[in-house]
Amino acid sequence: MLTNAILSGLTMGGTYALVAMGLTLQYGVSRIMNLAYGEFVIAACFAALVLFASAGISPLVALLVVAPAGFLLSWAIYRLLLMPLVRRAPSRGALEVDSILATFGMLFIVQGIMLALFGGDYSSYSYYNTPVDLFGTTIAANRLIVLAVALAVALAAWAFLMHTRSGTAMRAVAVDPVAAGLVAIDVRRVAAAAFALGGAIAATGGVLISMFLTFNANIGVVFTMKALIVVIMGGVGNVVGALVAGLILGLAESFVATFVDPGLTIAVTYAIFLAVLIVRPQGLFGARAR
Amino acid sequence: MTDRPVIAIGLGALVFAALAFVPYMVDGYGMSLAIAIANYTILATAWALFSGPTRYISLATVAFFGVGAYTVAVLGEVLPWPVVMLVAAINGCLLALLVGLSTLRLAGIYFVIFTFGLTELIRQVVTWYEVKVTSTVGRYVFLDIDQQAIYWQLLGVAALLFLSGYLIGRSRLGFALRVIGGDEMVARHVGIDTTRAKLLLFVLSALFMTLTGAIMAPRWTYIDPAIAFNPQVSFQTVIMALLGGVQRLWGPLLGVIPLTLLFDWLNAHFPNHYLLILGIVFMLIVYLLPQGVAGALARLRGLRSRKERASAAMKEARQ
Amino acid sequence: MTALLEVSGLTKRFGGLVAVREAAFSVNEGEVMGLLGPNGSGKTTTMNLISGSLKPDTGSVRLEGRDIAGRRPHAIARGGIARTFQLVRVIDDMSVRENVISGLAFRENPLWGVSANVEAEKLLARVGLGGRGGVFAAELTYVDQKRLELARALALSPRLLLLDEWLAGLNATELDGGIDLIHSLANEGVTILMVEHVMSAIRRLCSRCVVMNAGAVIAAGETAAVMAEPAVISAYLGDEDD
Repeated sequence: MLTNAILSGLTMGGTYALVAMGLTLQYGVSRIMNLAYGEFVIAACFAALVLFASAGISPLVALLVVAPAGFLLSWAIYRLLLMPLVRRAPSRGALEVDSILATFGMLFIVQGIMLALFGGDYSSYSYYNTPVDLFGTTIAANRLIVLAVALAVALAAWAFLMHTRSGTAMRAVAVDPVAAGLVAIDVRRVAAAAFALGGAIAATGGVLISMFLTFNANIGVVFTMKALIVVIMGGVGNVVGALVAGLILGLAESFVATFVDPGLTIAVTYAIFLAVLIVRPQGLFGARAR
Repeated sequence: MTDRPVIAIGLGALVFAALAFVPYMVDGYGMSLAIAIANYTILATAWALFSGPTRYISLATVAFFGVGAYTVAVLGEVLPWPVVMLVAAINGCLLALLVGLSTLRLAGIYFVIFTFGLTELIRQVVTWYEVKVTSTVGRYVFLDIDQQAIYWQLLGVAALLFLSGYLIGRSRLGFALRVIGGDEMVARHVGIDTTRAKLLLFVLSALFMTLTGAIMAPRWTYIDPAIAFNPQVSFQTVIMALLGGVQRLWGPLLGVIPLTLLFDWLNAHFPNHYLLILGIVFMLIVYLLPQGVAGALARLRGLRSRKERASAAMKEARQ
Repeated sequence: MTALLEVSGLTKRFGGLVAVREAAFSVNEGEVMGLLGPNGSGKTTTMNLISGSLKPDTGSVRLEGRDIAGRRPHAIARGGIARTFQLVRVIDDMSVRENVISGLAFRENPLWGVSANVEAEKLLARVGLGGRGGVFAAELTYVDQKRLELARALALSPRLLLLDEWLAGLNATELDGGIDLIHSLANEGVTILMVEHVMSAIRRLCSRCVVMNAGAVIAAGETAAVMAEPAVISAYLGDEDD
C-alpha cells in the first residue's frame, strides 16, 4: 500500500509540477495571474478525448498537435486581450487586479464553451489502462507513461530556461522587467512568449491528465488552485521550486487519500495552501528564481 | 452628500420606508427581482465597506454568505428564528476574525488568492462532512417564511448597513481606513492600529454578508454546498461593486441594479449559455472601465488626472 | 540636561548583513541632534528601529526611561515619537487639512471634528501652509509636501521628532526656509533627531551629532568636534588607498 501511495503520488505530483511550471511562467514572467489557467488544462483534456475517440489518435501523438495549439492560442490571447491591460496599467499591482478580473471573465467563457459542447458530465477514455507490476505493487501503465512524459517535459522546460538565450531572457524579465529592458531585452515580446509557453505547458498537462483521470467542464478551477499552490509553495517564477513543490503536493494528496480519507484530498490541498500562504508567502524555496 | 447628519439619516429613513411598500405593488416576478437586488445591494455594499477604503480585493463573500445559509439549514427548524440569526451572526464573525487575523497582513494578490482558496476549502469540508457524517449531500430548508418576509428582512439589514456605513464614514474609524488605503506605512506612524481597524471593518462587512445568506436560505428550500458556496456570487459581488464605484456608500448600488436586471434577463433567455455570457460581460466591464478596475478603485473625484497634471508640472519645474 | 531617548546595544541583521551593530547614543530633552554617516551606514535603519518600522534583534530604545524597542509603530507614535520619511509620504487623494488631521485623530489625546480642524489650521500656519488646507496634497509642490509631512508629524505633539533627510532635494532658497523652520521648532523646545547630509544645515542646527559607519557608531559629541575626528573624515572621504 505504501509503495502504491508513493507511486501514484509521484504521478500526480509530476503532473502538478508540470502544470504549475506553465503558471509560474505566466505569472512570474508575464505578470499575468491567469485564473482561467485550469480551464485551458481541461480544454486540452477534451481535445485529447475528441482526437482519441473520433480519430483513434493516441494522446502521445495528440500532444504534438495540442501543445502547439495551446502555444498559439495563449499567444493570441496575450497579444489581443492582455496587452491592452499591460499597456494601460499604471503599476504592477494594478495589472494584477485587472488581469485577475479579466481572466475570471475568461474562466467563465471557456467553461461556458465547454459546457455547451460537452455538458457537465464526467468523461474519460481508456488508454494503456493495463496493470504493470512494479516494486511489488501494481500500477496502471498509463500512469507510468504520464510520470515519464511529465518529468521529461518539465526537465526540458527547465533546461530551456537555464541554458538557452531565450530562457535567460525570460528569467531576466522575471527578476526585473525594467533592468531587462535596459539591457536590450524586448520585454513585451518575452512576456508574450512566456505566456504562450505557459499555455503550451498547460495543454501538455491537460493531455497527460486526460490519460488517467476523469474530468468534466467544471473542474478547471481545481487545477488552477493546485497550480497556484505549487507556484506559491515553490516561489513565484522558480521552476525548480515548482518541480519540488508539485511532487510534495502529489505525495501529500496520495497519502491522505490512501491513509486518511479520499473525500478529504482537495480539502487537504487547500489547507496546505492556506498554511503556506500564512507562514511563508514568499514560498518555501525563497522569493524568486535568480 | 450632505453634511447635516439628521437630514441625511432622515432622508435615508424615508427612502427605506417607501421601499417597504414594494411588496404591495409588484407581482411574484417583481418580488423575486426586488429580493435579488436587495440581496446583491447588501453584499456589494458590505464588500465595498471594507474593500473600498483598504483596496483589499476579497473573493470570500460567498464563504460568509454560505455560512449564514448553512446555519439556517442546520438550525432553522430547531431554534426560534431570531436565535438562528444570532447564531449565524456569531458564526460569520468568528470566521471573519479567524480569516482576518491570519490574512490581513498578506499583500495584494496573496490576499485575493487566499480568500478564493478559503471559500473552496470551506465548501470541500462541508461537502465531506455532509457526505461522511450526515450521509447527505444537500439539506431541505422548510421554513414558514414567505417572499415578503424575506424582502423585509433584507431591507432591514440593508437599512442597518447603510446607517453603519454612513456613521463609519464620518467617524475616526472611517477616516483611519482612508489613511490606511492611502498609505499604510503613514497610517501606522500616525498612531493607527492598522490591524485592528482593518479587522473591525472586515468582521463588520462579513457580518452583513452572513446575515444575508441566512435570510436568503429559506428561498431555496433545498441547499447543498455547491449552491451555498457558489463562487459566482463572490465574483458578481466584486464586479457589481466595482462597476458602481466603491468610494461612496451608495456607489455599489449603481452597479447592482443594472447588473442584477441583466443577469436575470440572461438567465431567463439564455440558460444554457449563461456562464459564457456572464464571462463576456465580466470582461467587457474590465476593459471598459477607463483606467482599469484598479484605477476605478483608486479614482476619487477626478483626482487622478489632476494629480498627473500636478506631477507633470512639478517635473517641468525641477528640470 | 536629562536624556529623553537612550539607545543602547541596538542591533539589526538582514540575513547575513548587519545593518546596525551595537549602536548606542542618547538624545537630550530639548536638543537638536544630527545622525550622520555615508550612504548605507545604517542611519535610516536606526530611525526605523526607533520608530518601530523595524524590530531590533537585540538592544533597547528607551523613551523617558521606558523601553519601547520592538513595540508596534502605532504604539510608538502614540507614545510620543513622530517621524517624517526619507521619500516624502503624504496622502495624495486627501486634502492638506485631512493629512494633518490624520496626525491629530489617533494620538494619545485625539482631536476630531471642529477642534481638529482648528488645530490643523494652526499647524499649517506654523509650517508656512496657512490657508492651503483645502487643496489636495498631490497638488502641492515638493517642498510644500515636505512641510505638510512635518505638520502631520507635529500634529502628534511628539516628545521626539525624527526627521529623515527632511532637507534633501530642496533648492537653495527652499533650504534656507527649511532650516529656519526647524530652527523655530527647536526654539519652541521640540526635541529633534535628524538624519541629514546637508552639512551647512547640520552646522547651523545641531548642537551634537552621532556619526555611523558600516552599521556602527564611530563618533558622538559636539558637532564641531565630531566633524574634526579622523575616523569621521576617513568614513566620509575614504582612506588614502580606497
